[in-house]
Amino acid sequence: MSESEWRLRAPANLVSKRAVLLWTLRAAIFWAVVAGAQAVVLLVVDGAPRWLRVTIVVTAVVGVVHTIVMPRWRYRVHRWETTADAVFTRSGWVTQEWRLAPISRIQTVDTARGPLQQLLRLSTITVTTASAQGPLKIEGLDAEVAARVVDELAATTQATPGDAT
Amino acid sequence: MSEPEWGRLDPRMIVVRPLNELIGLLPPLAALVFFGNVDTWRVVTGASVVGLIIVYGLLSWLTTKYRITETQVELHKGVVFRQRRAIPRDRIRSVDLTAKLGHRAFGLSAVRVGTGQQERTPGEGTVTLDAVTAVEAERLRQALLRKVAHSEDESDEGVLISQLDKRWYRYAPLTLSGFITIGIVVGFVMNLASELDFRFSEVGAFRSAFGWVSHADPVRVVPVAAVFVIVLSVLASLAGYLLQNHNYRLTRQPDGTVRVRRGLLTTRSVSIEEKRLRGAVLHEPLLLRAGKGARVTVVTTGLNKIGGSSLLLPPAPRVEADRVAANVLAVDETPTAAPLTKHPARAKVRRVVRAVVPTVVVAGVLLLLAETADWPTWPWVVAAVLIPVSVVLGLDRYRNLGHTLTNDYLVARSGSLDRTTVALLRNGIIGWKLTRTLFQRRARVFTLTAITAAGSSGYSVLDIGDKQGLDLADSAIPDLIGQFLVKA
Repeated sequence: MSESEWRLRAPANLVSKRAVLLWTLRAAIFWAVVAGAQAVVLLVVDGAPRWLRVTIVVTAVVGVVHTIVMPRWRYRVHRWETTADAVFTRSGWVTQEWRLAPISRIQTVDTARGPLQQLLRLSTITVTTASAQGPLKIEGLDAEVAARVVDELAATTQATPGDAT
Repeated sequence: MSEPEWGRLDPRMIVVRPLNELIGLLPPLAALVFFGNVDTWRVVTGASVVGLIIVYGLLSWLTTKYRITETQVELHKGVVFRQRRAIPRDRIRSVDLTAKLGHRAFGLSAVRVGTGQQERTPGEGTVTLDAVTAVEAERLRQALLRKVAHSEDESDEGVLISQLDKRWYRYAPLTLSGFITIGIVVGFVMNLASELDFRFSEVGAFRSAFGWVSHADPVRVVPVAAVFVIVLSVLASLAGYLLQNHNYRLTRQPDGTVRVRRGLLTTRSVSIEEKRLRGAVLHEPLLLRAGKGARVTVVTTGLNKIGGSSLLLPPAPRVEADRVAANVLAVDETPTAAPLTKHPARAKVRRVVRAVVPTVVVAGVLLLLAETADWPTWPWVVAAVLIPVSVVLGLDRYRNLGHTLTNDYLVARSGSLDRTTVALLRNGIIGWKLTRTLFQRRARVFTLTAITAAGSSGYSVLDIGDKQGLDLADSAIPDLIGQFLVKA
């Protein structure tokens, strides 16, 4: 090893810009449900405890900050790259996670689209290996890009021999 | 020998299955008869439960059949839900023979066939034949693992790697299994007593003991109670060691498997294909470590985590553990005893902070409660005393952090109360995961997890320095992470 420090570079590709909207919607829905449930209790139940007002305000503040900050932060972190012999992803926001898998160890490549993702023409690629430790996921890709990547990965995976364990 | 006809389980299973269930039910049944106020409905329910179990045993024998063809093992079973399961023979990775007391009485054994699949739900990748005669079980084990039929030499003993030494019993009390056993037994008895409306205060011995505990001077009660519990747990752990590890033998078989046999009442025999071995883990819980002992488990594809079938060596001297690990992994220098590279001093701060902060918070909360909510003072005093202990714990955790690469293995060590040293075959690593929290980022460390298809599917190197970690990942598997590294 040379004197200068080696550094892990970020994967080359960004996810779709619309992923920000996806994460924002998801967070907004979650916080709306949490705050809404408390509001319902406060309005409907007689003699609801007073501290519930405090928790509603806290929920609202945390929810708004999370909904604004998290998606933008995530967008700067989430990246992916495929090369001739590896898949490389980065995800997370406060806690970040890099995943590397050699093409020769890939077992399946799937795409999945939830209702929100369909609305936004986004797609999630899931790359599984023989390990039960969570598969690699690339979330919030443009649907067309995702379809192309899956085809490429499927082609390279098939061309690589081995039983992938 | 691979017969196309369907085989049935041994007819004695009609008796044995209910018998095994009944042995489990024996203590509550006895208690019901001797202690309980015997209501008619209790007797009726008891009898009908026994009856149902016997009918179920008969039905499941009638509905279960298996066969071994040239290509696969097939099993049909189920009374209510019919199940058909087939495992291709070339996917079989392990064969586990278990004989419970009921089986042993009739010379039977259950056969569990495992594939390399990692289980998301228990039993997913296995076929269990419960049960066939011990001779048939042994024949199946050899036939299934050998892929090719061999019938001669039924009792091949293989090459002995390790066997139980009477002196190993001294490690049994160091495993805390006794404490756990006592806890379970006490919980069970309490539950049973309340179920049967049995009052301990009605028995003179219990009453006088309780009376003494509640009235005597605490200075005398505490040591006496401590000695009582310790003696009891030592006895329980010795009994547990005897039950589980009696006649322990670890051998290398000529058919390319490593075989563990052990047990007093329930005997187990686990065969693991050597080709599927991905490494070994050395476990040294604090007390065992203080007594220079260790336990070894195997990292392999195809063994499920339930039922302790991955155990390679019960608590034994550390030297023996290292020797067994090296022998099983077929390497000259034992990877688990290799000198390790330390992690940066910044990791020490993290270990200590993470050990101390929870104790400080708990002590603070308890102090607050004592001041404001009339809680007694002793809880926060105890918590405060534990703060220096947690500092020591944190320092020990840091001292234990380490990693290295040998020719074939990635070795990583961590933990204090339960120190583990994992040696993972570099060829078996099928990817990396690097995680970094905000705090780790500031400390310029990260957690490197080697992803594998075997064992617990990911083994972590905790708080490794940024440069160290990338170097380690790059040298462990060349040509993977290297292409994504740039000069800073």
